[in-house]
Amino acid sequence: MLEIKDLHVEVDGRMILKGIDLTLADGEVSAIMGPNGSGKSTLSYVIAGRDGYEVTQGDIRLNGESILEMEPEERSRAGLFLALQYPIEIPGVAMMTFLREAVNAHRIDRGEDELDPLSFAKLVRAKARELKMTDEMLKRQVNSGFSGGEKKRAEILQMTLLEPSICVLDETDSGLDIDALRIVSEGVNAMRSPTRAILVITHYQRLLNHIVPDRIHVLADGRVIRSGGKNLAHELEEHGYEGLLDDAA
Amino acid sequence: MATADLVTPFIDRYHAARTAGLPGEDLPWLEQLRADGIARLKTLGLPTRRVEEWKFTDIRKLAAADFQPAPAIDGALHPDLAYVLAEETADVTAVLVFVNGRFRADLSRTDGLPAGVTLGPLSTALAKGDPAVATHFGRVLPDVERIAASGFLGLSTAMASEGAVLCVPDGVTVDGVIAAVFLSDNPGENPVITHPRLLSVIGANAEATVVETHAGRDGAGPTLTNFASELAVGDGARYHHYRLIRDGARGYHLANSHVRVGRDAHTDTFVLTLTGALTRSEVNARLIGCGGDLRVSGGYVGDGRRHIDNTSLIDHAVPDCRSRQVFKGVLDDASRGVFQGKIIVRRDAQRTDGYQLNRALLLTRKAEIDSKPELEIYADDVKCSHGATAGEIDNDALFYLRARGIPERTARRLLVEAFLAEVLEEIGAEPVRERFTALAAQRLNAHAQPVLEEAA
Repeated sequence: MLEIKDLHVEVDGRMILKGIDLTLADGEVSAIMGPNGSGKSTLSYVIAGRDGYEVTQGDIRLNGESILEMEPEERSRAGLFLALQYPIEIPGVAMMTFLREAVNAHRIDRGEDELDPLSFAKLVRAKARELKMTDEMLKRQVNSGFSGGEKKRAEILQMTLLEPSICVLDETDSGLDIDALRIVSEGVNAMRSPTRAILVITHYQRLLNHIVPDRIHVLADGRVIRSGGKNLAHELEEHGYEGLLDDAA
Repeated sequence: MATADLVTPFIDRYHAARTAGLPGEDLPWLEQLRADGIARLKTLGLPTRRVEEWKFTDIRKLAAADFQPAPAIDGALHPDLAYVLAEETADVTAVLVFVNGRFRADLSRTDGLPAGVTLGPLSTALAKGDPAVATHFGRVLPDVERIAASGFLGLSTAMASEGAVLCVPDGVTVDGVIAAVFLSDNPGENPVITHPRLLSVIGANAEATVVETHAGRDGAGPTLTNFASELAVGDGARYHHYRLIRDGARGYHLANSHVRVGRDAHTDTFVLTLTGALTRSEVNARLIGCGGDLRVSGGYVGDGRRHIDNTSLIDHAVPDCRSRQVFKGVLDDASRGVFQGKIIVRRDAQRTDGYQLNRALLLTRKAEIDSKPELEIYADDVKCSHGATAGEIDNDALFYLRARGIPERTARRLLVEAFLAEVLEEIGAEPVRERFTALAAQRLNAHAQPVLEEAA
């Protein structure tokens, strides 16, 4: 369970998040929707622990423990996962090396033996096949020369391998055609579990037809202005963010 | 100290060497070259920072040291050097080994080469009156003083006594790697100097791959290798020549390579500088036949106070040639990198395709890269481009790796390795590329060797 309490965040001295309260409960899929500039990506980066985002007030707690002092790698090993809106290309680092380093870092942290390259490759290929990723993609360098859809599938592959307890997906639908959207959504739905909380951040309702959330929160100007069930997405689709913003004002 | 005063001790040592006797003294052509060399040293002096090509590499302190001829080491090698030698000679077709500038037949192996290929020490080639040596030694680019002046090269030619000579006849392919290993050791504290040479004469449509390694050990006293090599690549030949610098913490290395590329010949050169206090690798290359293709590239790792200088000049003298220079290095601590790359495209060299790239990854604020790309183009139908960047580790990439649970230290290592791995792709011969990549990764993992103040 991830609890976000009265979270205030500044970037370069500018207040972006102005008091967010949000609970991601185990077994639930939550969605955050909101217009551009509402603070959606900032929220995802703060959860993951990226530099440059200063928490001036409030807290983020994972299973009751504050994570604010934890480094990004510690948060990852504690069970947090952020699928990036724009996954980073790293030419020169092989995809397999990257995946193996990540999985083994988690295994060492849990006191387990590292996987040898052969059994690791087997594991990755099996998971990749479910996401319709070819062996050829796995032979490339991290996200290098991947299409938008391939990058997103690679993110889901990482999530599947690391088996996090909290999954945050930032604009996972952006840049996906309908087939890729379906494959990625299936990958996320397969991760649904009573011991896992999933947060889907999106601008559009489209993704929520594939990954049906239990709760929807609408973020605007750094605050949650509305929370509700899955029908809230349809309301938004009909009236747009503007109608909602007017109501809130 | 004035330059003239720095030169005098070297000239004195030359006369001492003459008294003791140098190989090939009965060869008039060599006597002439030696006389020209010492005259050039007297005229040019040793380079100071006022000389354009030496603007970023100050060797005044180094040149002022009282260099004695390196002692002969005939017996067992120091274990550190034996270890390096074993690494360098695994899986090679043939190997020549020189220790402190002297040929070690007991450590060398030249059987198993195709008929007609000669590989052996310079002293033997001179004693036999090898015609290829008489034609090419000191003459691969005979007029080169016009483009790069250095007293060190004159000194090398004057003092020349030993080195590696490879001659591959027309149409012959040598499979695998030929290794030329130059080891330096100094059991004492007084600085010692050697002047080894290398000559490769590759016949028309021939093919060969050479790995030239210079290695020392960290516990040794100061050593200076004043190295000169000449590569003459015949028409239609395919030649791969890779340099590997594994000097000790007090190893100084000044190299001058002359490269001549014939018609439709493909020449691929690379220098990987891993260790040593100061390394300057200077390449002067000329494309003399249409359709020639030349690569002059390199990678390096700097830490402590190490200084790595890669200076190259590629002279497009004829039309329809291609050249490519890619240099990338990682600079940590207070290390310093220098890149000077010049491309000359002469009036007749139409349809030249020249490419030049220099990139440095600076890991600290004290690390420094000086980059000077130059294009001198006299023809009008050419394609030449160059680029230079210096940067730090990409924070987005670092965050991405860490966000997946990878420790920061490992993440940084992966990114630095990736940066170097890119430039190692320039190496054409796959087994060498793989070995150099592994060595670079190993080097990045090793703790920085302490380098003494004198390296500055």
